[in-house]
Amino acid sequence: MASHASSRRPFRWRPDQQWEGYLFILPSFAGFLIFIVLAVAMSLGISFSDWGLTGFKSFAGLRNYQQLLRDPLFWQASTNTVFYIVTIVPMQLALGLVMAVGLNQAIRGVTVYRLIYFMPVVTTIVAGAIVFRLLLATNGPVNSLLTTLTGALGVPFSAPNWLGSSQFSKWSVVILTLWKNTGFTMVVYLAALQGVPKELYDAAHTDGANAWQRFRHVTLPLISPTTFFLFIFQMIGAFQLFTEPFVMTRGGPANSSLSVVQYIYLAAFRDIRMDKAAAMAWMLFIVIFAFTLFQNFMQKRWVYYESE
Amino acid sequence: MTTMTATPSGSPTRMSLPARIGLHALLLSFSTLMLAPFGVMVLVSLIPNAAFLARDFSPSNFSLDNYFRTFAVAPFGRYYFNSIVVSVSVTTLQILIASLAAFAFARLRFRGREAIFLFYLATLMIPFPVTLIPNFLIIKNLGWYDTYLALIVPGLFSVFSTFLLRQYYRGIPLDFDEAARMDGASSLRIWWQIIVPLSGPVLATLAIFVFQGVWNDFLWPLVVTTSEQMRTIPVGLAAFVGQYSTAWDLLMAGSVIALLPVLVIYVIGQKWFVQGIALSGMGGR
Repeated sequence: MASHASSRRPFRWRPDQQWEGYLFILPSFAGFLIFIVLAVAMSLGISFSDWGLTGFKSFAGLRNYQQLLRDPLFWQASTNTVFYIVTIVPMQLALGLVMAVGLNQAIRGVTVYRLIYFMPVVTTIVAGAIVFRLLLATNGPVNSLLTTLTGALGVPFSAPNWLGSSQFSKWSVVILTLWKNTGFTMVVYLAALQGVPKELYDAAHTDGANAWQRFRHVTLPLISPTTFFLFIFQMIGAFQLFTEPFVMTRGGPANSSLSVVQYIYLAAFRDIRMDKAAAMAWMLFIVIFAFTLFQNFMQKRWVYYESE
Repeated sequence: MTTMTATPSGSPTRMSLPARIGLHALLLSFSTLMLAPFGVMVLVSLIPNAAFLARDFSPSNFSLDNYFRTFAVAPFGRYYFNSIVVSVSVTTLQILIASLAAFAFARLRFRGREAIFLFYLATLMIPFPVTLIPNFLIIKNLGWYDTYLALIVPGLFSVFSTFLLRQYYRGIPLDFDEAARMDGASSLRIWWQIIVPLSGPVLATLAIFVFQGVWNDFLWPLVVTTSEQMRTIPVGLAAFVGQYSTAWDLLMAGSVIALLPVLVIYVIGQKWFVQGIALSGMGGR
């Protein structure tokens, strides 16, 4: 699509549009230079400096990065973030796909279901985090419900301390994130499912493929570009989780739910270690970039593009 | 762009009755899980904390008292005002600036166009935490800390919006421009009177997408504001948690107050919200 218009008309710059072109992009370009280009250069510079309350003190080379690699809290935050990625991304893709397939059937009420599933997506995450603090409190509704249910079934059960124990705090963040974001995955998947040509299903049906086989060999390959997009998108989102642990668990207890971006925030604005925080942000960027490149390379193995 | 319709398709055979009942049961249980937090929020916001902790839901306990108390202890009216000012300004100005640039990138021919555009695209991958700290320092140095300028200005320049509009503008036939130029129309006129009116739906969808993002944004307003007067709703709400960590009645009333307008707008304009989300998918394709 990108090369379509230019292949029709060979690109030639026109002298009369020279200055006009610059004027049109001027507001955008000025802001771009300050808040993106300058900001990126500054943050790289800060990450290589000794930067205190008063600003630049001296060039520090790789010292901030080396310090981070020796910082146990940085490793803890990284481990927590990896936990968030490996739980949230696959669970969200699976749940979103199940919902989307369910809604892609000839049944009544699809619009209403979609309206409901998407409601948490438009919700302010801070409000979501507050409600889940209540739901998951030790004496909260979730534990009341579980106690009643297990009691009725006669199963021994001790109510978990969701937010206050390092065993469950990360899961609390996972639960909140799934509630908040699965509707997004569902909507994107539903759009992809609606784009699968009906004839392919009819053909597979004629060939005697059952529902599962049609799903496995027609639907899944045809929506694999969407799966790829969602995978990358959700992974980048999970790498940058901040508000959920910040509001719900404050990263605790004992930093058991602290995320990397939350640690960046604390380093920069609580400990006033901008240099350390900038170095952390760059390490995060490098890891995200490497993962995305790797996935982009791996996609040849499992993503199916119709035009090829 | 993928069109979003609610018409079910893709299933070749109509389902049998038991299958349909089973499917509805599944979909309804998902609905319950999605709605329950909202239900609890509203329920607890209407009764005193003690009654909730004792699980005493007798009708005499229900009242709107918590809402009055919430407005009395925290300036939610001011938070609202700030959120509206910031979201409306960022949405309109960001789209205006992006639209002008996108018009130039898509339809004007000037030297360096492709190089500058590639430069834009190259920055799309940069995660927010990288620019957070320097932008905070820039804002401080400009003397904008804890002002509307800090909340608004850095949000006005979006590479994503520019990219998206440029892709759309490229799809409009260039003959329109040339015919208008023959009649002596300036580029500015062509942009405002031809291109902008032709891109109504994509502008509306983008506007909803941007608005919702700014309205719910948390980290940036948290970092650049300090006084109670400058807080947006999410930041005000988070500060409220710090003060009243287990006063569930107040916290739930505050959450309902924060959510209600967005949810009402969402239910009315559902179609646009859902398309806005599909937009982010388009950016990735």
